[in-house]
Amino acid sequence: MKQIIDRRTLLKASGALAVGVSAPSVLRAQTPIVKVGVLEPLTGNLAYNGTQCAAGAKFAAEAINAAGGIKSMGGAKIELVVVDAQSRPEVAASAVDTLVQAEVCAFTGATASALGLASSQAAAKYNLAQVFSIGTAETVVSRGLPNVFRFTPGVNKCTSIALENLKLLNQGAGNVVKTAAVVHEDGPFGSNMAKILNEELPKQGIQVVETIPHPTPHRDFSNIALRVKASKADILIPSNYINEYTLMARALNQQRVELKAIYSILGGAASNIKFVRENNEVAQYVMDCNHWYDPTKAESKALAAKVAAAGLDMTYDVMVSYATVQVIADALERGASADRQKMIEALAASTFDKSIMPYGPTKFVNGDNINSQPVNTQIRGDKIELVFPKQYASAEAVFPIPAKKN
Amino acid sequence: MSILIFPAVLSGLMMGAVYALVALGLTLIYGVLHIINFTHGSLLMLALYVVYFLHFYFHLDPYASIPIVLPLFFVLGYMLQRGLIAPMSRGAEQNVLLITLAISIMIDNLALYFWTSNTRTADIAYAYDTVEILGALLPLGRVISFAAALAVAPLLWAFMAYTRTGSAIRAVAIEKRGAELVGIDVDHTYAICFGIGTACVGLAACLLLPTFYVTPQVGYTFVLVAFTTVVLGGMGSLPGALVAGLLLGVIESLCGLMLGESLGQIGIFLAFILILLFKPSGLFGRGAR
Repeated sequence: MKQIIDRRTLLKASGALAVGVSAPSVLRAQTPIVKVGVLEPLTGNLAYNGTQCAAGAKFAAEAINAAGGIKSMGGAKIELVVVDAQSRPEVAASAVDTLVQAEVCAFTGATASALGLASSQAAAKYNLAQVFSIGTAETVVSRGLPNVFRFTPGVNKCTSIALENLKLLNQGAGNVVKTAAVVHEDGPFGSNMAKILNEELPKQGIQVVETIPHPTPHRDFSNIALRVKASKADILIPSNYINEYTLMARALNQQRVELKAIYSILGGAASNIKFVRENNEVAQYVMDCNHWYDPTKAESKALAAKVAAAGLDMTYDVMVSYATVQVIADALERGASADRQKMIEALAASTFDKSIMPYGPTKFVNGDNINSQPVNTQIRGDKIELVFPKQYASAEAVFPIPAKKN
Repeated sequence: MSILIFPAVLSGLMMGAVYALVALGLTLIYGVLHIINFTHGSLLMLALYVVYFLHFYFHLDPYASIPIVLPLFFVLGYMLQRGLIAPMSRGAEQNVLLITLAISIMIDNLALYFWTSNTRTADIAYAYDTVEILGALLPLGRVISFAAALAVAPLLWAFMAYTRTGSAIRAVAIEKRGAELVGIDVDHTYAICFGIGTACVGLAACLLLPTFYVTPQVGYTFVLVAFTTVVLGGMGSLPGALVAGLLLGVIESLCGLMLGESLGQIGIFLAFILILLFKPSGLFGRGAR
């Protein structure tokens, strides 16, 4: 049977179709959305850390949205705009343009100082706030950029707290550590830290007998292990990313380097459960002073459960990125606006004290959160235990390392 | 410092053997067939994942997985050349370059999508075992790689010199049209060569996994050195790839020791520039034809 569609029927059908197609956007428009950028290295050498950070931001946005979104903005839901910095500073800088075009109110990132320095410089042109997930180099906050907010501690604070804790540990063990070797990645973060260690360790009576920078990526750590061994250092202080840390730990073991302790500061693997799982033998008793959450908080426990359910590893990247999105959400709540300037003002006035990190109320001074702090962890068996500060500790620190049984 | 020189030389030789292993496959594809194979690093990464998963899921030792990985990657290489690179490039070198680059990007991103950027290391019982040579401690895995490189390079050379397939590959490399005229199936020969080169990458992965990690980016860690090794050794020269690999390993190790690890790679590229200046055909190259 042949059907004829007349003009009137066609108009009706078209009208109905137009209403049907536009209906979802009308419905969407009823739920306000506020866009938050996530600029992380999702590919390239730092992809692991960047992907973990992106996951942390996603968990935070989900938790905030599930709790009713930004209430002062009519329950606006946070929508993340995730961009890839490709582990390259120039890409990190150009990715800011993508975030601006997407109309984000602020963004978090970018795992490595070199990336964050480039992205925040580019973002300054747009008056767009960057809340650093990780950006330990002090140049991050020393450039006087009003759009920079570093929530987590920088290398100076991490190093000074790490050194203070090392001093206490060493005193408790009868000052057995007298010499140290420093192995660090040769970017701004590692180099900055090595400089501080060379200045500060002698004041504690610990002589730095070797300082060895290396590039990232680095294929072979045999020479470095040999140099550490030849230096007869009591303690090794490494600061590098996970791939290099893994190869370094293996090389130290293979070259039978005997140390009283491996004491990382912002170590890429020492606070990484994956490293513990896959390199359990060499990981034992490795200590780290790093970003870590307060495991006693209810929200921390909820996050740990979500991360486990997603089949991910609970790393500090997840924790800090989660916390920085919390900070941005708090600024949105107080400022009640996604306007870039108002976001900068709200962040600058932040006194947020409900993040998952073991920090006091946020206080940004020249963009640096002066109430942030790192904690000390130690690998014990198949776990990463928190050993400092005492109020969060899940285990007593073992220092120096027990002698190996042959 | 002087007491470290001997262990550093040995350590460099061990690392150089890894470079040579990765470069052997490339010298066949890039050196003999003049295919600028951008997939080389990605295929190495893929092979490392295969070896890793064989170990993780089936508890198969990386060395025991050689009989599986070698034929698998030969077939993969053959199919890549026969099914993708040859038909899409239509013989134009610039097309080959773009196609191999495109395949490489696809492999890398698929790896990132399916396996994430997680760093993986195989938990192998002998991963920390060492061999002591005149007081220097060398990782067992690296010593095995060294022995394998010393064995594989002459074997491949003998294959190229004394077998009909080897002769066909050489004939195709020298004069494609002439080879066609004497009845050599050029497309098949190209694919066979690409397959052998890719199988070499598979072998390199089996030998590398016990001492290295796997990430979707791991191929890039070796591919630039592999290209340098091929050019330094002489395009298409298998003994050249071996000697150049070992040489670069030692140069990198000694430069790292003397100048600092950050500057270790300077030695590699300095040697490369010097060879290009004074012997552009490479250490074992036959000169321009």
